[in-house]
Amino acid sequence: MSRADQPLLSVKSLSKFYGAHIGCKDVSFDLYPGEVMGIVGESGSGKSTLLNCMAGHLAPDRGEVVFDTRADGPRDTVQMSEPERRMLSRTDWAFVHQHARDGLRMGVSAGGNVGERLMAVGARNYGDIRGKATDWLQRVEISADRVDDRPTTFSGGMQQRLQIARNLVTGPRLVFMDEPTGGLDVSVQARLLDLVRGLVRDMGLSAIIVTHDLAVVRLLADRLMVMKSGHVVEAGLTDQVLDDPQHAYSQLLVSSVLQV
Amino acid sequence: MIELNNVSKTFTLHNQGSAVINVLSGVSLSVARGECVALTGASGAGKSTLMRMIYGNYLTQAGEIKIGETDLVKAEPREVIALRREVLGYVSQFLRVVPRVPTIDVVSEPLRAVGATSEEATARAEELLSKLNIPERLWSLSPTTFSGGEQQRVNIARGFAHSYPAMLLDEPTASLDAANREVVLSLIEEAKSRGAAIIGIFHDEAARERVCDREIDVTEFTRGQAA
Amino acid sequence: MSESAYNFAYLDEQTKRMIRRAILKGLAIPGYQVPFASREMPMPYGWGTGGVQVSAAVLHPEDTFKVIDQGADDTTNAVSIRTFFEKTAQVKTTTRTSEARVIQTRHRIPEEGLTEDQILVYQVPIPEPLRFLEPRESETRKMHSLEEYGLMHVKLYEDISRHGHIATSYAYPVKVEDRYVMDPSPIPKFDNPKLGDMAAIQLFGAGREQRIYALPPYTKAVSLDFEDHPFEASKADHPCGLCGAEDSYLDEVIVDDEGGRMFVCSDTDYCEGRRAKGFVGAMAATDQMAATTMTKPTLEVL
Repeated sequence: MSRADQPLLSVKSLSKFYGAHIGCKDVSFDLYPGEVMGIVGESGSGKSTLLNCMAGHLAPDRGEVVFDTRADGPRDTVQMSEPERRMLSRTDWAFVHQHARDGLRMGVSAGGNVGERLMAVGARNYGDIRGKATDWLQRVEISADRVDDRPTTFSGGMQQRLQIARNLVTGPRLVFMDEPTGGLDVSVQARLLDLVRGLVRDMGLSAIIVTHDLAVVRLLADRLMVMKSGHVVEAGLTDQVLDDPQHAYSQLLVSSVLQV
Repeated sequence: MIELNNVSKTFTLHNQGSAVINVLSGVSLSVARGECVALTGASGAGKSTLMRMIYGNYLTQAGEIKIGETDLVKAEPREVIALRREVLGYVSQFLRVVPRVPTIDVVSEPLRAVGATSEEATARAEELLSKLNIPERLWSLSPTTFSGGEQQRVNIARGFAHSYPAMLLDEPTASLDAANREVVLSLIEEAKSRGAAIIGIFHDEAARERVCDREIDVTEFTRGQAA
Repeated sequence: MSESAYNFAYLDEQTKRMIRRAILKGLAIPGYQVPFASREMPMPYGWGTGGVQVSAAVLHPEDTFKVIDQGADDTTNAVSIRTFFEKTAQVKTTTRTSEARVIQTRHRIPEEGLTEDQILVYQVPIPEPLRFLEPRESETRKMHSLEEYGLMHVKLYEDISRHGHIATSYAYPVKVEDRYVMDPSPIPKFDNPKLGDMAAIQLFGAGREQRIYALPPYTKAVSLDFEDHPFEASKADHPCGLCGAEDSYLDEVIVDDEGGRMFVCSDTDYCEGRRAKGFVGAMAATDQMAATTMTKPTLEVL
């Protein structure tokens, strides 16, 4: 990839305030193609605010979110027009919600859920759409004969995998994930993590994963950012931050995890 | 290939009265291609700490750690990731894998990561697993359920799958029987003969004698630190 | 209250101006749903309050007015609306498609081709074609403004996956001038091809939902479909039992207690016109009574 030495996403001094309260402040980092970055921190640390600002769900008060677009190279998505940004979020970006029902259409079949993004970018051949949807269901380990079933008949883990299939079918380059394993059984979590890891590697995806589960980032993320009270207190290689945390809060966070 | 200049390391324990522990200072050493160097010193002397620093797992505050042309102390995370993928291998004492991934994939992954085809990677993984006497019926299972010795051998197979120009070995022969120990030592010898620079920790003295060209006593870098 | 106490066509002039503005805006942006301040009408929602307000805004005293409900002039809804304008506007009314200047319709487009002198007013229950899958009005408006219509095809996809073909048979969505996706009101999809390139002005009024939209004459309106499941304008595969027409949309009518049934033109004026010209259907000869005394059974046929 010729652009491997250029950041896919470049976040500069991103800040969001809720009145006098800091959502996130002066967050800057570069994410390169194929990199997976984890963002950890306790509830209220600003990690979800940051994620939503980057993904265009919230308007930041300051800063830039520069994405290396296919057509025009690096563009500040904060300054983009809404149609452009929404187009980006249907093509090159994907967003996996913590609760599958926020990211799925519960009244639409699994195949329709996966096919929606294809149809949104102009696919008009039913057979092709259905073929791709079925293929993706299998890639996320959902049996092809469930293609016409609604997500309401799926287990939590299946719903989450369906959400991932729905997001990845258009071959995005950047995936935002908000607590993707939250609320799932431990055994189901492992399966999902394995799946996500495989997809990230096979598709060369870049991903930003917000979680409070350090085991998740240890397995999925190359890099880690630790947030507290809206600030990034430490960032670096995942295993370095977890095994040799420098900041007082990171040390507390790491030492607070129960060992099994 | 591996060169350390005046490296030092302290731990600051913010949650225990901000205690500052000086672990190592003034570490300088270099390992050439085809050379294997053993780190020695009593338990707690800082061998593993130094090894982890060279891998970038522990943050180094001062000095220079050069692997080939890259200075790990100053490198960006992505440079370290690339270095670990292409250049610098590490066989730790513990296997850490995603649950559910088959052994064969665990072992072949480093090769696929550097662009080998799936067939090449699998063939190499099969070769190593056979050599290390992991029964074929286990290859499709996740190593998380294996015995400690089996996990250690899977870990070694994974570590030797790709021909890294620089390697770090933390007790590679610990908890192995004689036959498997022999396999591991011959893997190390092969790596040396193809020009890999190796730093290892061996409690197994006979193994150390056999594969290592030099020994470096880590105690000399901790002298005067224990206060 | 005497009938002359009403303003012409019931609504006051200011209201009619407001509605006309909405209509003009709708004509200027074909397929775009223009919000308007729908008034309470002396009939319940669902009985054509949107269409009535639009008709009231476009009627002139010299116009001739026709109302059809499912193609028929003599159903309750059609009769009451026709009577309403006879009383409040004293306009002439007709059942002849060709004689009418303004035709208010529920669920059909007349079989006979319309001309540039005519206006077709549709009664619309739910103007939002995206409502099926996206209940948030704020979101559907954004989707229209940004031309995000993937969801429309999701609806058709669901149809095919469930029924093997596009089972949507009425209110079949169209894309207008390659821009707005529009609900053509619950007309059968058989009528969809007539929407596009029509000589007459088409106005759509949704009273409860407070929306007006329009197709100016000769506007492009293409029914959505898939390459491998193309749009088909379907109808019952029979000729009309009364006039023998094979090209008109048919209603199925149960004629006795033994399951006997017949198919007749849903457009009563079209059927009568053909019979006046001497066309005779298979059932017309055997059932003289039915053919002469009733133009069409007053049945709700879905």
